[in-house]
Amino acid sequence: MTSATLGWLVALAALIALPFVYREPYHLHILVLILIWSFAYTSWSMMGRFGLVSLGHGGFMGIGAYVTALLWNNFGLTPWLGIPIAMLAAGMLAIVVGYPCFRFRITGHYFVLVTLALSGIVLQVITATRDYTGGSLGYTPQRTSSGNHLLALQFDDKTTWYLVALCIWLVGLLIWHLVDRSMNRYALEAISEDEDAAAAAGVNVTAEKLKITLVSALMTALAGALYTQYQMFISPDTVSGIAVSLQMVFAAIVGGLYVSLGPTVGAVITILLAETLRIAFGTGAVGWDNLIYGILLVLFIIFLPQGILGSLVERLKMRRQPSLKA
Amino acid sequence: MQGLFDIFDIYLLEAVINGILLGGVLALLALGLNLIFGVIDVTWICYAELVMIGMYGMYFLVQYYGLWYFIAAPLTILLVAALGALLHYLVIAPLLTAPPINQLLATGGVLFVLQSFATVAFGIDFRNLGIRLPVLALGEMNFSYARLLSFAAALLGMVAVYLFMTRTFTGTAIRAISQDRQIMALMGVDAKRIYLITSAIGGALAGLAACLLVLQYDVHPFVGLSFGPITFLICVLGGLGNFIGGFIAAFVFAEIIALGGLFSDLEWGYVFAFGFFIVMMFIRPAGLLARRR
Repeated sequence: MTSATLGWLVALAALIALPFVYREPYHLHILVLILIWSFAYTSWSMMGRFGLVSLGHGGFMGIGAYVTALLWNNFGLTPWLGIPIAMLAAGMLAIVVGYPCFRFRITGHYFVLVTLALSGIVLQVITATRDYTGGSLGYTPQRTSSGNHLLALQFDDKTTWYLVALCIWLVGLLIWHLVDRSMNRYALEAISEDEDAAAAAGVNVTAEKLKITLVSALMTALAGALYTQYQMFISPDTVSGIAVSLQMVFAAIVGGLYVSLGPTVGAVITILLAETLRIAFGTGAVGWDNLIYGILLVLFIIFLPQGILGSLVERLKMRRQPSLKA
Repeated sequence: MQGLFDIFDIYLLEAVINGILLGGVLALLALGLNLIFGVIDVTWICYAELVMIGMYGMYFLVQYYGLWYFIAAPLTILLVAALGALLHYLVIAPLLTAPPINQLLATGGVLFVLQSFATVAFGIDFRNLGIRLPVLALGEMNFSYARLLSFAAALLGMVAVYLFMTRTFTGTAIRAISQDRQIMALMGVDAKRIYLITSAIGGALAGLAACLLVLQYDVHPFVGLSFGPITFLICVLGGLGNFIGGFIAAFVFAEIIALGGLFSDLEWGYVFAFGFFIVMMFIRPAGLLARRR
């Protein structure tokens, strides 16, 4: 066992042990939010790292959130079944939109704008079907009696939620590493460099892109559903739409979308920033967090396009292997 | 029964005509976005937010400083044009050699900045000019003067841009640079200056649209979201950088929204428009008028 693996195991053990030692509910709440959003940002980066910049992930997240909640409230369907159904719905949407995009080689600006339309549609549909979804006023899944309820996936204590979120976050990282180790990664990297050359070399461009899009959409829908179960309140603006999509892009870029922990670093930074501002300014902070996000996003793209963690990792590599220096 | 049918027809006609009137303003927005894309090869995701800032400009000039509408309008257009140039100078110019996606995302950051700037500076209240233009009754149909005026002004704006592009040296240089970026520098055209001018024109078009939209809609920090996405869809459907395609697509979308709004809620009009867009991506992925490459 190398020292690096040992280090990761110790860190993991510390993360698992944390809620049993430290029980401050507010801090645990922030940690749960960070873990759930990290998972969402990681799912976005699955595609983003291969140059497939999607602004439609707000749509997938919205579907994950609303389908789960609607099935629970209207049919009493447990989230254990509702979440897979919601993920399936998001996956189908991803294929319906993704297939023509990839088949007809819609890339770059066009792809961004098509996916932008996608999150626009989901937002408008949620708002338009206000008789069922509550429209822009938001929607609340029905609570079961207080206490933990495994079947309804509703837990009162933060410790359980922390462990659930931690588990999901680890699954996200695991999927990242599986993709990282697979042949698909090389195919996708080739595609993002030069689609024609990749196709000429025998890569099935459409299939490869569709696969990673599907994985990304399924994970995002799961993140949306999880967020619903944890917060027990969703509104179109917090789980769907262009703003959420941009938020994912922002966090992934700030953290660094080419390294597995980059989106997590992005989530830590953005959520801590928002919370600090909220505490410092109270309700006067409305707008300030996004103002700072926006300015940071622009600055990061201009000066540090690899993100904080990405740049750090790069610099470490340089120090270890000075020969790599261009 | 006959009477019912007549009423239905009148409403339909009214919706169709209102759609055309809406299409004028959308076409104006699409033109600005296409111009910037065609020349600089950048998509301003924050374009509708420039319009929002312009609408606030109009609101403050008219309501607070008591300026006459037709004096406030040129000031607003100048303001937004300056904003467009500034956006190019500060954000796009440093990223000209970066991957296109980065430029696009940077303007996404600007979208956040402008939206939250408006939230912080002006609050989230809905505000309007307090100008209520009369309604024109034509037979049994009603059209607001605001829409007629917008349509006329939007057309005028587009004609002005057309004349500028075809009759002046700068306009010719802009068109030339959109055809071949590398060669134009050798022909003695200062690309940086042309980019800046193009951005200012794009901003000015957003400013003009703001002056027109503020007559019809209340302004709030998120107003850009209600017509921003649709503008992008229009540009993509028409083919990014394709002026005529954008013009036609604007009217197609406006009709879908107007007719969809007639038969059910306005949101469904938008949903139909979005759905139509996705279907069109299957059929004509490179835009309405595009030649297959």
